[in-house]
Amino acid sequence: MQKVPPSGLGPLGKREERLAWGMLLPTILSVSLIIILPLCAIFWISFKPISLADLRPPTVLVKEQLKGQINAAGDAAKIRYRIRNSSQSKPLTDVTISDIIPESFDIQSTDERCSVDETNAIYCIIGVLEGGQREVIEAEVLINDSFFGSEKQYKITQPSTSSVGDNILTNSELTFENFQKIFDSEEFITVILTTLFYTVFGTVGAVVVGLFAALLLNINFRGKGLVRGLYLFPYVAPVIAVAFSWINLFDPFSGSINSLLLQMDVLDSPINFFGQRPNALIMVTIFEIWRYFPLSFLFILARMQSIDIEMYEAADMDGASPLQKFWYISLPMLIGIMSILFLLRFIWTFNKFDDIFLLTGGASGTRTLTVNVYEQAFAVSNIGAGAAVAVVIFIFLLIFSLLFFKFFSQEEGL
Amino acid sequence: MTYKKTIFFTAFIVGILWAITVSIVVSVILSFITGSPLKPNILIVISIGSIAGILILHSLRSNLILSLLIISSILLSTLTYGPITTGDDISHLLNYASQSLFAASTVLPLTKILSGLSFKESGRHEIEEAFIRFSSGFGLIFFTMIVLIPFYVMLMTSLKTQQELLLNPLDFSIDLSKGLILFRSYSELFQDFGFGRYLWTSFYVSTATVLVTLGFSIPGAYAVARLRFRGSSAFSRSILLIYMVPMIVLALPIYILFSLTGLRNTILGLVLIYPVTTIPVALYMLQGYFRGLPYEIEEAGLMDGLSRLAVIWKITLPLALPALASVSLYVFMIAWNEFLLAFMLLDDPITFTLTRGVASLNSSEVPRQHLMAGAVISTVPILLIFLFLERFMTKGLTAGSVKG
Repeated sequence: MQKVPPSGLGPLGKREERLAWGMLLPTILSVSLIIILPLCAIFWISFKPISLADLRPPTVLVKEQLKGQINAAGDAAKIRYRIRNSSQSKPLTDVTISDIIPESFDIQSTDERCSVDETNAIYCIIGVLEGGQREVIEAEVLINDSFFGSEKQYKITQPSTSSVGDNILTNSELTFENFQKIFDSEEFITVILTTLFYTVFGTVGAVVVGLFAALLLNINFRGKGLVRGLYLFPYVAPVIAVAFSWINLFDPFSGSINSLLLQMDVLDSPINFFGQRPNALIMVTIFEIWRYFPLSFLFILARMQSIDIEMYEAADMDGASPLQKFWYISLPMLIGIMSILFLLRFIWTFNKFDDIFLLTGGASGTRTLTVNVYEQAFAVSNIGAGAAVAVVIFIFLLIFSLLFFKFFSQEEGL
Repeated sequence: MTYKKTIFFTAFIVGILWAITVSIVVSVILSFITGSPLKPNILIVISIGSIAGILILHSLRSNLILSLLIISSILLSTLTYGPITTGDDISHLLNYASQSLFAASTVLPLTKILSGLSFKESGRHEIEEAFIRFSSGFGLIFFTMIVLIPFYVMLMTSLKTQQELLLNPLDFSIDLSKGLILFRSYSELFQDFGFGRYLWTSFYVSTATVLVTLGFSIPGAYAVARLRFRGSSAFSRSILLIYMVPMIVLALPIYILFSLTGLRNTILGLVLIYPVTTIPVALYMLQGYFRGLPYEIEEAGLMDGLSRLAVIWKITLPLALPALASVSLYVFMIAWNEFLLAFMLLDDPITFTLTRGVASLNSSEVPRQHLMAGAVISTVPILLIFLFLERFMTKGLTAGSVKG
């Protein structure tokens, strides 16, 4: 008989595996709860005709009142329940209301929809309550002696209600309306083109400008560390601060840039940088480049400093000029990191929302897909349409990620 | 000599380009500081630049050229043909100072830029180097200006009043004699707009985010880096995929969920969400660092009878302290700067974070200097942290900037 080496995991290996999953569990749980679940929700919502107002599901509102002159024991009075559907449009079904009437009242008669049991509890079946419909239920009571002895309370218990509302989030009503709406609008093509312009130029710009900054900081000079720190400011500062500062700087009436350009006779009249097509789109793209060139320069500089000096020495021996050295040695070495940067930044610029939202709010031809999600969901209050745009974004991203992983597995890891 | 013409041409062109750069920079800087209307007189600037370039090429001593140019610039300016055109109402001192500043910053760097260039022994290398030195100088000035100007304007605007801003948008001069009144926007923000509370909220939300993130990502990163288990590579890939989900796509269902559960307008809601957006980054950064640590020390610990968790606590974590610092700083920065979720989930000023508070200043009723003061308040802490801990921060940025 031939001896076979044990296959699979031994007991030690199994323990290690259990430990590993145990250590990953918190991360997996939290990430799936807050990222995977919402993603599935987005797909679900995108097929729902749902607006912002639907987030408050309809409920039954009840007001309890005591009517009648009460002076002595034996007086007649009425306990009145005013019932209302909180929604103006959505019906509620199987509406019931129950309440316990204090012992100080003797119930004489009630509405025919109600029944009273021996513990003085009243239970009414109302049935369907249309949107905005009101109902009144009265119970005629006689006051007995204990009413005056105790504190004059009739609302000892809050009436409780039950109802079955049709929750739009959970029912099975599905529709393609949202997708139809966003694909049909003429604006959608413009939105896609805007997104592509912003993403492509923003990304290429940030990488190229970052390359120049890295070339600068690859030279040795005094105060280099300081300059390097300074050039990271745009990325480190909160986006809200720099965005408002740009708006302030480029204001058409009281902005410094406009008055500077006017004073230097470059312009005849002030330019509305953020409020006009196509200026606004160009400006938000420039902002994107300004804010993210630090990242690319950091990466490219790190790569540059790891290039072997001997290569340059060899090139010097062969009489290569500085530009030749850059073109034939540095650039080929940097292509790898630059393409990774390009892919990463491409995806991230595509996903960018804050910058444009703060600078223009998506006006003047700067509405990208991400801003469109917000516009549809909150400005037009059509959450379903917003989710549909989000699904479109997600499909784009899926394609990008496939490309990304194809490259990522080939290139050196970051 | 085939290169003679090219060398002459190089000095000529570089001189002109440098002079133009300097003239624009000097005018912009002096305009921004003094508020006076300065502008370069391009024709004069071009001629001065070309003359300077050629003189330097003929290896005259730079002191001589410098004094020559300063004197001629000032003389020209008395004839209203100075390289920097100033208004009539400007003081003579400022006028002469700007002309001299222009001349000095044209000549001195230009001598350096053209230092390798001479008629005798120059070739293609020296010409290219001269151009590269020019581009480096230009690039340094250009980048420094585009980075600094928005921050400078932010700071100076916050110290101004509405009337001063409307009167001359370029005037960022500060009248120091006004003393503490300069900071009235800040005191109003802290007294009337509750910025003290926003600052505190931002601080503890960010700190809590850092702590929760570390608590979740350290074990996860260790497991990915050190333990063998089926699906580990699939796991690290899907962690990377999480980066690519845009926040706005998640914000919508989170908004719905929080509206339904009453978590909107609560700090708890933010502290629940923020770490989840940072855990994948932190995990990715940490596992890279853990992989770089020598496994032998940990094995020795295991051999000596420590449990796996004790090994992590007593050996791995102390070794990984620098990485933990980088990750913490990076996560702190993300949480501090976070805007979108705070904007969507918080409506009640009691729960505002700093970024949300600054966003609430963006209305026509609030004067602009308040908005800028708010921007300064939100920027200063993170920039200070950055400046003091730049080494860690830069490392965190490079490792984690898969996320933007």
